[in-house]
Amino acid sequence: MFDFLNPDNLMNFFVAAILAGTPLLFGTLGEILTEKSGNLNLGVQGMMFMGALGGFAGAYYYEQMAAQPVAVISVLIAVICAFLTAAFGAFLYSVLTISMRANQNVTGLALTIFGTGFANFFGEAISFAAGGYAAVSSETKTIFNTGIPGLADIPIIGKILFSYNFLVYFAILTAIILAWFLNRSRAGLNLRAVGESPATADAAGINVTRYKYLATVIGGGICGLGGLYIVMNSSNGVGGVWTFNLISYQGWIAVALVIFATWSPARALWGSLIFGALSVMRLYIPLGIPAQIYDMFPYIATIAVIIGVSMRRRRENHPPDSLGIAYFREER
Amino acid sequence: MESAIKLQNISKSFGDVRANIDINMQFNKGEILAILGENGSGKTTLMNMISGIYFPDSGSIIVDGREVTIRSPRDAFSLGIGMIHQHYKLVEVLTAAENIVLGLPGKGKLDRAAVSAKIKQISMRYGFDINPDKKVYDMSISEKQTVEIVKTLYRGASILILDEPTAVLTPQETDRLFSVMRNMRDDGKALIIITHKLNEVMAVSSKVAVLRKGEYIGTVETAKTSYKELTEMMVGRTISLNIERPPPTGQQDRLELRNITCLNEEGIPALDNVSFTAKSGEILGVAGVAGSGQRELCEAIAGLYPILSGEIDYYPPGSDKTQPIVGKTPKNIRKMGIVLAFVPEDRLGMGLVANMHMVDNMLLKGYRKGFPVFADRKPPKKLAENIIKSLDVVAPGVYTPIRRLSGGNVQKVLLGREISSQPTVLIAAYPVRGLDINSSFTVYNLLNEEKKKGAAVIYIGEDLDIMLELCDRIVVLCGGKVSGIADAQSITKEEIGMLMTNLPDARLP
Repeated sequence: MFDFLNPDNLMNFFVAAILAGTPLLFGTLGEILTEKSGNLNLGVQGMMFMGALGGFAGAYYYEQMAAQPVAVISVLIAVICAFLTAAFGAFLYSVLTISMRANQNVTGLALTIFGTGFANFFGEAISFAAGGYAAVSSETKTIFNTGIPGLADIPIIGKILFSYNFLVYFAILTAIILAWFLNRSRAGLNLRAVGESPATADAAGINVTRYKYLATVIGGGICGLGGLYIVMNSSNGVGGVWTFNLISYQGWIAVALVIFATWSPARALWGSLIFGALSVMRLYIPLGIPAQIYDMFPYIATIAVIIGVSMRRRRENHPPDSLGIAYFREER
Repeated sequence: MESAIKLQNISKSFGDVRANIDINMQFNKGEILAILGENGSGKTTLMNMISGIYFPDSGSIIVDGREVTIRSPRDAFSLGIGMIHQHYKLVEVLTAAENIVLGLPGKGKLDRAAVSAKIKQISMRYGFDINPDKKVYDMSISEKQTVEIVKTLYRGASILILDEPTAVLTPQETDRLFSVMRNMRDDGKALIIITHKLNEVMAVSSKVAVLRKGEYIGTVETAKTSYKELTEMMVGRTISLNIERPPPTGQQDRLELRNITCLNEEGIPALDNVSFTAKSGEILGVAGVAGSGQRELCEAIAGLYPILSGEIDYYPPGSDKTQPIVGKTPKNIRKMGIVLAFVPEDRLGMGLVANMHMVDNMLLKGYRKGFPVFADRKPPKKLAENIIKSLDVVAPGVYTPIRRLSGGNVQKVLLGREISSQPTVLIAAYPVRGLDINSSFTVYNLLNEEKKKGAAVIYIGEDLDIMLELCDRIVVLCGGKVSGIADAQSITKEEIGMLMTNLPDARLP
């Protein structure tokens, strides 16, 4: 019964967990940055969709139009387009919630619906125009699915540490940079002050609106990279091909992961690994229970963490104080 | 003495209210100037104009001999003006050092060691006790205040304004603050302290400037003045308002408070051993500077504020049996058959729902009546119509949202609803605040009506002239303690002023 405990299977499980956890990590990091500015953007799912479409369409059209497409350029375009498209979604959210002070929850939900529809509509249109099957070149797809050349071939260590595609390392790097930014830099300190108490930040001479816009838009862009990962990496299905409704749950898990990680980029690394593991566990750890129960694990873990965190009552683990509240200077 | 700030003909109005009228003042370097005045005398407004929160309607501000325009706190800070507000502006989850450097320009990487060193240097110079790495949420009120002061000094402030800095401090902390203030004064900084505590004015200031009802009365040297002179300057001459005061009839004890003590959120006593009795058929005034425990007193009686110790007994009309009401919720108090009406200070926050219309607001107090589940809207509608008619409420109709009514009409609606229950105890907190003369007189008449009907009316007020003419007896609160209970017809305004700013055990010169 416990044959799944053999080292090979466990190693495969670990690798699969990292691969499944990376889009969650992007979404979580983007949302942490956003929420640190006091904006609760529930549109992560929508922005992931937009990022997926933007990245896919960018690479696809480049390859269609260029006489001799170069895979590296195609990948670069995909990354930039994914970031920009999702950032545009976050920008719409910012205009509505920061400048026009609309309700953040409603706007975020609307962004999810909008992003989903937007990506599916244009994605299907691209698919349809290509005869029902739009895909990026296999060279491009390979870059999104192979590890570090040379190093990945080392036995065991190579598989555990170096077999992932560049977006995995990029996500981890983003987490480290974000952690440094929030805890060690002046701008990060100012951003935290904006999220905690915008009136205090304002009085201290910090441009609250600018910080909120930048954090939300860049955060949205980072979420979009999660979407790009999902469309390009084959661990989630067929990589590099546009699929209808290709993001099923990752955006929402990311929102939950922000709470799980208690707004800390470092803990987001562990959190996304655990959630990644929980989401692929069914395939590697057969316990003889229905698949639906496996699907519930990430959510049960979130509830458990929320209970745990609120019982410990450490101030550092609280959400930013002004999260979800629009700032209006005249309102004292 | 070198001038730091000069104010010339500064005026500021908020709507119809003239907060500052033609003020001319001067603040000098190396001097502690106390600004003294009652509530609403315009002290804070004036200082807010110097620190960039408000912009004056007219007049000019001269800093270091140069006329300046101060549009924001940032402008003020670049002129070396720092203000310590009553409500500290600090980010709770950040450390002292992080709060101090917040928003300052500098290298991208925050050099914590250098910041801590500079904070230590400032602390040494003036005698602050501060730990740069302590989180603000772990700090006491006094430590938070220290962070605020160091924050302004770190930014190079040479003019410091402290808005009632001692209101939340213990006597020992106050002494420490004063010694720091003296050190800053000796260092050549200009200090301005807003206060209404006379003993502190005497203890720390070099000069005292007095404001009254938005006007500048004058400046005196602390060494050459007395409590009596300052009190007179502060409260001014008694003005006759001709408010009707029917003689109290059939007085019986109605509500007795014995040794009530309540703690505020910081754990400091908001009410300290408060005892008094409210009688039927009289208006009992409660005087005191703002934040002396008035709000807590009202809410403690109404069953809305936790009481640490003490008793409140209710004497039902025509019965000798007393009913204790401490620890009871408003609903329980009602169930006991006690009709207690409360007109809170915060009319649209606590009294009425701004977005609901009159009928629904009436329903709030009567929805428990009638058939369960379904709300009967007819009686509240009738009540609303009655109030419009009998109290001359100017409203397009009973279905207009309350927020669209003017302040006076809102108050009439609230009072009308509270009185409709025929209360035996009526608590009215600042019922005429922000009202024009006519509306104010309507309110006085309503209160007198209730008094004649035999209710025990508790009137929380701020204008002493009104209280002296309207109330029968006056309880004076000072720092949460009762500093005196007097007959309104025999006490003078100066005497109340003295009681408001001094505890009875504080020796008067």
